[in-house]
Amino acid sequence: MTWTNPLTLLRHGWTRHWNPDRPVRTVVSNLPFEDLKKREQPNRRYEGNAIRTNKYRLWSFIPMNLFEQFHRMANIYFVGLAILNFVPVVNAFQPEVALIPICIILALTAVKDGWEDFRRYQTDQQLNNTPCFIFSRKQMCFVERRWKDVRVGDFVRVLSNEIIPADILLLHTSDPNGVCHMETANLDGETSLKQRKVVPGFSSLGEPFQPQTFDSTVVCENPNNNLNLFKGYVERPDKRRTGFGIDSLLLRGCMVRNTDDAAGIVVYAGHETKSMLNNSGPRYKRSKIERKMNTDVLFCVVLLFFMCLIGALGHAIWLETFSSMPSYIVPDSNGNYTPSVLAGFYMFFTMIILLQVMIPVSLYVSIELVKMGQIFFITQDVELYDEELDRRVQCRALNITEDLGQIQYVFSDKTGTLTENKMVFRRCSVMGTEYCHEENVVVPDRKLILEVDRQMASIQTGPYLDFFLALAICNTVLVSSVTAQRQRVRVNVADLAGAERVGDVLRALTHSTKTRGGETLADPFSIDEDESDGFHSSDVSDAAGQKVISSERKVKSGLSGSEEVCYEAHSPDEAALIHAAKAYGFTMMERTPHYVTVKLPDEALLKFEVLDILTFDSTRRRMSIIVRHPHTKEIIMYTKGADSAIMERLGNVFSVKSEAKQTAVKTQRDLDMYARNGLRTLCFAKKVISEQEFRAWSAVRQEALSAIEEKEERLMETANFIESSFTLLGATGIEDRLQESVPETIQALRRAGMQVWVLTGDKPETAINIAYSCKLLEHEDLVFTFISVILQSLCKMRLEDTLGELRRSMLPPGADHQFRGYSSAFTGPLMEPSIGLVIDGPTLSMAMSDELVEQFVELCKHCRAVLCCRVTPLQKSAVVKLIRQKLRVMTLAVGDGANDVNMIQAADVGIGVSGQEGMQAVMASDFAITRFKHLQRLLLVHGHWCYSRLANMVIYFFYKNVAYVNLLFWYQFFCGFSATAMIDYWLMIFFNLFFTSAPPIMFGIMEKEVSDSTLLSLPELYKRGQHSEGYRRSTFWIAILDAFYQSLVCFFIPYWTYNGSDIGIFAFGTPMNTVSLFTIILHLAIEIKSWTAVHWVIMIGSVLVYFIVTLAYSAICISCNPPSDPYWIMHKQMADPMFYLVCILTTVVALLPRTFFTEILLLWSEKERSANGSKLYTG
Amino acid sequence: IMASSYGAKEEDGHHPGSAGLGGAAIRTKKPDNTAFKQQRLPAWQPILTAGTVLPAFFIIGLIFIPIGIGLYVTSNNIKEFELDYTGTDMSSPCFNCSQSWNSTNTCKCELFFSLDQPFESNVFMYYGLSNFYQNHRRYVKSRDDSQLNGDERSLKEPSKECEPYRTNENKPIAPCGAIANSMFNDTLDLFYIDPNGKKRPISLTKKGIAWWTDKHVKFRNPGGSNSNLTTVFKDTAKPVNWHKPVYELDVDIENNGFINEDFIVWMRTAALPTFRKLYRIIQKNNDMTPTLPRGNYSLAVTYNYPVRSFEGRKRMILSTISWMGGKNPFLGIAYITVGSICFFLGVVLLFIHHKYGNRNNSSDIAS
Repeated sequence: MTWTNPLTLLRHGWTRHWNPDRPVRTVVSNLPFEDLKKREQPNRRYEGNAIRTNKYRLWSFIPMNLFEQFHRMANIYFVGLAILNFVPVVNAFQPEVALIPICIILALTAVKDGWEDFRRYQTDQQLNNTPCFIFSRKQMCFVERRWKDVRVGDFVRVLSNEIIPADILLLHTSDPNGVCHMETANLDGETSLKQRKVVPGFSSLGEPFQPQTFDSTVVCENPNNNLNLFKGYVERPDKRRTGFGIDSLLLRGCMVRNTDDAAGIVVYAGHETKSMLNNSGPRYKRSKIERKMNTDVLFCVVLLFFMCLIGALGHAIWLETFSSMPSYIVPDSNGNYTPSVLAGFYMFFTMIILLQVMIPVSLYVSIELVKMGQIFFITQDVELYDEELDRRVQCRALNITEDLGQIQYVFSDKTGTLTENKMVFRRCSVMGTEYCHEENVVVPDRKLILEVDRQMASIQTGPYLDFFLALAICNTVLVSSVTAQRQRVRVNVADLAGAERVGDVLRALTHSTKTRGGETLADPFSIDEDESDGFHSSDVSDAAGQKVISSERKVKSGLSGSEEVCYEAHSPDEAALIHAAKAYGFTMMERTPHYVTVKLPDEALLKFEVLDILTFDSTRRRMSIIVRHPHTKEIIMYTKGADSAIMERLGNVFSVKSEAKQTAVKTQRDLDMYARNGLRTLCFAKKVISEQEFRAWSAVRQEALSAIEEKEERLMETANFIESSFTLLGATGIEDRLQESVPETIQALRRAGMQVWVLTGDKPETAINIAYSCKLLEHEDLVFTFISVILQSLCKMRLEDTLGELRRSMLPPGADHQFRGYSSAFTGPLMEPSIGLVIDGPTLSMAMSDELVEQFVELCKHCRAVLCCRVTPLQKSAVVKLIRQKLRVMTLAVGDGANDVNMIQAADVGIGVSGQEGMQAVMASDFAITRFKHLQRLLLVHGHWCYSRLANMVIYFFYKNVAYVNLLFWYQFFCGFSATAMIDYWLMIFFNLFFTSAPPIMFGIMEKEVSDSTLLSLPELYKRGQHSEGYRRSTFWIAILDAFYQSLVCFFIPYWTYNGSDIGIFAFGTPMNTVSLFTIILHLAIEIKSWTAVHWVIMIGSVLVYFIVTLAYSAICISCNPPSDPYWIMHKQMADPMFYLVCILTTVVALLPRTFFTEILLLWSEKERSANGSKLYTG
Repeated sequence: IMASSYGAKEEDGHHPGSAGLGGAAIRTKKPDNTAFKQQRLPAWQPILTAGTVLPAFFIIGLIFIPIGIGLYVTSNNIKEFELDYTGTDMSSPCFNCSQSWNSTNTCKCELFFSLDQPFESNVFMYYGLSNFYQNHRRYVKSRDDSQLNGDERSLKEPSKECEPYRTNENKPIAPCGAIANSMFNDTLDLFYIDPNGKKRPISLTKKGIAWWTDKHVKFRNPGGSNSNLTTVFKDTAKPVNWHKPVYELDVDIENNGFINEDFIVWMRTAALPTFRKLYRIIQKNNDMTPTLPRGNYSLAVTYNYPVRSFEGRKRMILSTISWMGGKNPFLGIAYITVGSICFFLGVVLLFIHHKYGNRNNSSDIAS
């Protein structure tokens, strides 16, 4: 349902219109106005917290639902026909009867909509009546109310594990540090806790909250749907302003965790909350087949027009042949005869009514049903289920399943999509010395430990310590205690029903907590035990070494107690780093907004005061934390970031022979080596800031923080200012392993004719390395590299050179393309050298500039693989759009992170990989998978199936309608073009509605042209969908031709049989209707390639239903449906052997050509295959 | 959860926590591994190869040809005689009647014909009309079925569909509508002229020509079966083209009014513009003589029904019937033809298959 309530639209439009003069929202406390009338409330203009997501009310259901349904073209067509039928001069059927189909369709849809809406209403009611605590001035305490009573400006208290009722600006928490933890799983699926800070200055820590004293004004943005951005300030009566951001906002729908209670003022309520504004329905895309189909529907309209024209002309001419009016031409009620030309004109419209089924209106409904079924089977596929995450493949877009079978270009992200995004700390370089680690982080490098210990023992400071301190604290990782974990487990337990399970649950509970503890503590030490023997036996067992081991032992004992730490990291890189630091003894014990506590290897606790955190963003590509050292009281900034982002901001590197320069050079060399090995690199740096320098900067920073306009820019400026002249500490190399079966998947996609592009933000060396290891590039490939081309002219020259080289070495692209289309399966890869292209972000933007873009696209067409490195999210989507538009191909983008969202939305099909980096990509995607390898099955099997199923079904639907309608058309030649139907109108309706609707829908859902194992082992079969071979214009016309032929047979064999006999109109129509049913059903039977029990039941059931309904109907209806009055007609016919003889003969003749040509084609393709096969074997 | 339980152990695919918890208590989202949901239902795959389709072609051919021959023979055994009495030709005895038709005078004419072969068993006598579009949409609709079903209200207030044959001089027409109004009203009488030249009338049965269900269920006289039809139809007008009102169609109360069988037969509108309708049945005698022996006959026509305006033809048809109804050579010929075509196509396919089948084999051997 993409359609939104017009009233809501109106309301939104109105409020939007109403707001421009107030770009911000001001909120004051409701308490002083508690008992006043609504008119005097200061916040009365803001929406209340009661939500209503249902569209209809009881009284408005019918008009609104009808209004909504008439937005569909098809329904308007139906209604137009029905209205036409009420015009006496043109009506073809009983006017009331003509209303039946539209009424049935409208009623069915209305029932479905009504039911869905009622369900929404119920959940709304449930939500609106959820209890919550609102502060009351009268009672001077928080009293229990319902969610719907919450208004903007109210003070609301939320207890631990309760759901937040509205968007609340956090003013107080029970936590001594003024933080509150929030789980946003309901909102974006991320299960990691997010920390929220109290807006300072409104409640002293540790004291009860007193809302009645709140006399400030909250100024914030107008409601918007950005979950990660919120800004505003609190202005006190004395005009002092305190800025706040998203980290002070509790979001509706999230759950408070690890905090006993939190309270604040409501700033957005109800539909204006961020979560509600983000709550858009499923995405609507129009698939390629549907676009094509719509033009074919237009062809049908043209065909219908001509048929009606023939009818109109025929009628006029027929009337002209009479010299005087015979008794069977009925005058109008005044006894006058309509002039023949006018009668012909009227007849045109009557014909439209009669032949209306020509436009396959039911096709749209059927397609929706079929796609629902296809999605059901995709999500049910156990092969696409991820045991580890307990997640199935998700279909978020409901109507582009068949696009999966037509993909020509695949654009993939690298990190987290091709790779695991489970980071393993592999190497580090400290002060220019390189240390290598085994796969397991937690086996610290011996030499490095010694180095650390020497510094620990002697001076308590030094680059090694700084390096690990930076590793431990320069991040946004949260520490949660074991008790917090237990709380979360208990919530899961609450979901479980059944008392007999309590034992299991308890066991599971204890088991899980135990293993959770065991897991983290077992890691360092189970292996360490053996290692320590080594220590003892070797000569290096000096005091320091002993000390390390003993201290770690203590850690172990400490951990098995109660103070085990659990880290909640946003990014896996951070998790890897902080675990690495922990392995070396630098354990971050606690993080609050103001303090971060680290336990050193010698068990000493260092409590750093956090002065500021400059969070990571993709432009700066680094983050910094500014802390005050507890002992030296120095202000130190630790920074980590991409090597380029750090290296160019080092201080002292310009003096030629300095030590710093030496270190920088060595580190750079190590970094390059890491990149070559496919490791992700990060640099760490440190800077000591003097007191007054910091104070000056801090003032500017505060100003920027409380700004509403251009806040981001100003914050960026301040960050850039302080982040300079670093002292390099070292670098780390983190391994991101390839996911399983990635090379196989890429190769399968290739063989299926898809071009695979990888777009990554990583450095070229890392990216190329990964590209080779995932078989995107192969060593025998011809790879063109466009990296750091500085000038546009240079870029142009190289593009031209490359293209020239390509043209010389290859067939002309046109011929090549033709060739590839037909038989590349066996010959293609052998013939042409495969070409790869590596290009980096800056060069890419040059190549995509207007003057070079044509050549670039030309080059890309030749490339089998393209690797773009160092590209920004925007460039990713620009590339996708470029290829999609210039080459007119079907594109698919797959990615896992927020940086892939643009690309996912730009492609025809967007696929999100739900992995380590949150759910943003999944939320933006059309399909969500968990592993890259699932792509193979999703595209090659389900895509192929969905495509061929839908294509065949659509073709069949056109055929079916044309074949049936033409029966009526041919009859017009024998009834003076007077628009008589020889089939009872009810039976005609039933024919489309019941007798022949189930088989094609089942066909569209369950047909299995080729088995999944064949599809997987022969990816080349995918090309059928890529070249749209299942649904071509020619296929359409062949189906229409066949329909014409079959309808001719179905009409004329009974015609010649009964011509001249005493048969009545409807007795004549009965065998035709029956024959049509048999033909249409058996036609489908020829198309069906694999028959299951379901097929048999539905096919035979359809025929049975036809006979039962028709027999029952003609036994009951004596004079119920004039003029046809089917009374006893069917029985009479079925008692006549001629009926069966006609049915058998007609069905055989109607299906003979199709069977014969199918057979010929099959023989021919067999011949082809054997010819190809012999070529393959001998060649 | 993934981030928080980060640990190197997990890399080995060893998850004690999640596995223990999931297996024991929490229902996973894992799809059911059933044949239906995994689309693995046992399936029959009819591969349309020469092996399966070829026999089908031959079998169809082998079945259809005998059926066709049977039908053709049966159809040929049916005796049928047609006599056009329209009178468009100057030589025709009915020429005068066809030219000078008016509704008041009745015109009579007599046609002579001879049958070459005797007609055994029951003989059905039809009248045939051509170029009469009883299937014109407005015509088909122009009737009131509830009136014909004996509904008193519809008798007084006929359906709008009957316009303009709904009322006449402010009285409702019974039966209303164009179909009834245009009812065929020629009277046909058949005489056998025995070798002495004496005309002997042949008894024609007029009962049993309509469908049993029509006569007994669909068509009812108003006011029950025993009432006096004259009083029942007192306030109604006769259709304008009719010579006499509906209650005078026959003297037999069982065949009068709406349940008159000639009327019922007419009301079942014909599908095609050239049609015949059953008029009378000549019952087979009990003795061994044929129903209609070889010899000369005469048809006496009371010529009431005008067909000149639409260039129609009127025919009288005598026919015996078999299990397949009246004479119809088409179906037999069609069966024979289609059977032959199937056979032929089967041969063609066999030929192609044989040819390519050979090549297929040879290539296999070559490789």
